[in-house]
Amino acid sequence: MDRGLYVAMTGAKQIMQAQAVNNHNIANLSTVGFRADSVSFDSAPIYGPGYATRVNAVAGDAGTDFSSGVMQSTGRDLDIAVNGKGFIAVRGTDGKEAYTRAGDLRVTPTGAVTTASGLAVLTESGPLVIPPSTQVTVGGDGTVSVVPQGSAPFAVTQVDRIKLVNPKTSDLQKGDDGLLRMKSGEKVKTDDTVSVTSGMLESSNVNAAQSLISMIELQRLYEFQIKSINSTDQNEQSAERLMLTS
Amino acid sequence: MNLALWAAKTGLDAQNTRMAVISNNLANTNTTGFKAGRAAFQDLMYQNIRQVGAQSTQNTQYSTGLTLGTGVRIVATEKDYTQGSVLQTNGSLDMSVNGRGFLQITQPDGTIAYTRDGSFSLDNQGNVVTASGYPLQPAINIPAGTQSVTIGSDGVVTVTSATNTKGTQVGQIQLADFINEEGLQPMGNNLLVESAASGSPQVGTAGTNGLGTLQQGALETSNVNSVTELVSMIECQRSYEMNSKAISTTDQMLQYLTTNLS
Repeated sequence: MDRGLYVAMTGAKQIMQAQAVNNHNIANLSTVGFRADSVSFDSAPIYGPGYATRVNAVAGDAGTDFSSGVMQSTGRDLDIAVNGKGFIAVRGTDGKEAYTRAGDLRVTPTGAVTTASGLAVLTESGPLVIPPSTQVTVGGDGTVSVVPQGSAPFAVTQVDRIKLVNPKTSDLQKGDDGLLRMKSGEKVKTDDTVSVTSGMLESSNVNAAQSLISMIELQRLYEFQIKSINSTDQNEQSAERLMLTS
Repeated sequence: MNLALWAAKTGLDAQNTRMAVISNNLANTNTTGFKAGRAAFQDLMYQNIRQVGAQSTQNTQYSTGLTLGTGVRIVATEKDYTQGSVLQTNGSLDMSVNGRGFLQITQPDGTIAYTRDGSFSLDNQGNVVTASGYPLQPAINIPAGTQSVTIGSDGVVTVTSATNTKGTQVGQIQLADFINEEGLQPMGNNLLVESAASGSPQVGTAGTNGLGTLQQGALETSNVNSVTELVSMIECQRSYEMNSKAISTTDQMLQYLTTNLS
């Protein structure tokens, strides 16, 4: 069997996985604070007896695109968007600190402030909990102030401050749950320079046009691989015919 | 199954649901006290195909891993409880809540539902009821022969008649507030009911404890912003088309595979 067949097969398989990543990005065009993933291909030469003529392609994460999405005005008090660089600290389902750009927050009956997916928003000292209140305001530096129930409208009470961080994006890694965590597993310190805007949400940063172009490119690359499998197959058939005639 | 196909399929599903939310908002642009909804998207779990830092040989490690996302889902439809604009109707039994709080309605099964829709009328007994005929809670009865009804900003209802021009207090409307009003369960008919997420109702007099005041002769209009909804609709449509394109492209890839390798 011609081993070139397997090189082309690996290529086709890896390209299909890259297409899955691209489709995942397109599916998340409307996900608040979503950060697009990208794929790179590495070459993996196959060593063995003889000269290493075959090089397989291996798809790998080329990291996450951390550019900002578009700011959308919603007017809702508990929608916050991080300006420029930085992340909101939340408690992941594993109980550890994780980071996100999705700032559509809500209040549970117990007063805990969570993200839309129910993850507790953290402060420097633990989950953010607010007392029963008639109005909640999130300040530019993440400071949460409320008008407690039963108080006059001017009786604004400062509760706590949402933990905002700004680690190096190269140190961050996306987990299985889509949240970002430090590769080292450490917690990041609060960064006072990170600011948020209330009443706004940050859209997904997936570039639709670019994703469509990648999609076409991957499709054609896939076809090349199939063509290559096909040609290898034809070579085999020609060889077989030679054997038959003799 | 092919992940590329299914990731795009979840995108179609989610955009379809979002379109349903947008359509519902647009259909309710004239519904009294209606609060616009919004679909909240969340990325689905990621599949770890190759762990970053795994050993590629005994002495070397993969510098990159490979995780494949599996698409998107709608995690919640959240309601926007910002105040709608107030429309003057001059109806004596029309009222709007200016600020926080909900009017309480007794449902036919005896449980209490909550609403921002303050368009009331009378039934044949003189009870104050909603357009669907559900009585207001606490029940207010307007006696026969009443000439005018006055609802104070604190909810006190006073009636006057030909024989009683000074006015008699017949009841006081109370408002209920929730710690998480977004957690209320919409029931249709402009009614909402308490849920585990909303917390229990805090009933009080209008204008106290942070509750809003009542305004007679006015109705709160829907807070749907049609321009926002139309822009969302365009965005939703294009996203839908792109996901659909992703499915057809993946399909073409597989088709190419089957036609060329058979």
